[in-house]
Amino acid sequence: MTPIQLAEALDLKIISRGDGDERTADGVFCCDLLSIVMGKAKAGAVWITVMCNINTIAVAVLADVSCVIISEGYAVDEDMVKKAEEQGVCLLQSSLPTFELGLAIHNLLQL
Amino acid sequence: MNDALHLHYFVDGDDFTRAGEASANVKKTLRQIGVSPDAIRRVAIVLYEGEINMVIHANGGVIDVDIAPDQITMVLKDTGKGIADIELAMKEGYSTAPEEVRSLGFGAGMGLSNMKKYSDEMKIESTVNVGTTVTMKVNLS
Repeated sequence: MTPIQLAEALDLKIISRGDGDERTADGVFCCDLLSIVMGKAKAGAVWITVMCNINTIAVAVLADVSCVIISEGYAVDEDMVKKAEEQGVCLLQSSLPTFELGLAIHNLLQL
Repeated sequence: MNDALHLHYFVDGDDFTRAGEASANVKKTLRQIGVSPDAIRRVAIVLYEGEINMVIHANGGVIDVDIAPDQITMVLKDTGKGIADIELAMKEGYSTAPEEVRSLGFGAGMGLSNMKKYSDEMKIESTVNVGTTVTMKVNLS
């Protein structure tokens, strides 16, 4: 399943489409500490975080995750959106808490 | 691939949001010359962590990257406050990052351990109040 299909299935807001039609979402990683994400997230994972700044996008690119989902309805600022668009990162947003979102994706992807 | 390629970057110590430019640029270069995705990912991660460290702790510095057919060598040099106890600094979870940096998602105490984990060789030379030089190598074969 692509990140965009996942967004449509779970009614997530698509903030930046990026390469979300081309990637395959094949895991879930939940964390707000960027170094832990870089050290431990697997390429292709869906990364769920409340950390909304442009460094989040830089880390998403480095860790090569398939998309970033901002959970808990946290607001995404313009700089972050701009950076996501520039870097071709699929950026999504949800009002769900991180755990509930992660569980819903886990079930949807039948992991 | 070219026999050797040398890249040089200046890391601005004042602008936290721009940290990662050297890493992104090296990543792009490696992709253009056909380096494997795994090696690119490792190089990008260790450089980004290094850049972030330079911005948080040393008010910036310089990065030199040498790309040879079999190995990438990265030298990150700063004239910051230095690391008093390298062994302690290497421990996962140990951090001296200030609160405002933590609020941006950094300062988890994982930077140096990630750099060691993802490089094939890492050497830290540091003198308190003089500066720190970190040399990392990633093998391509």
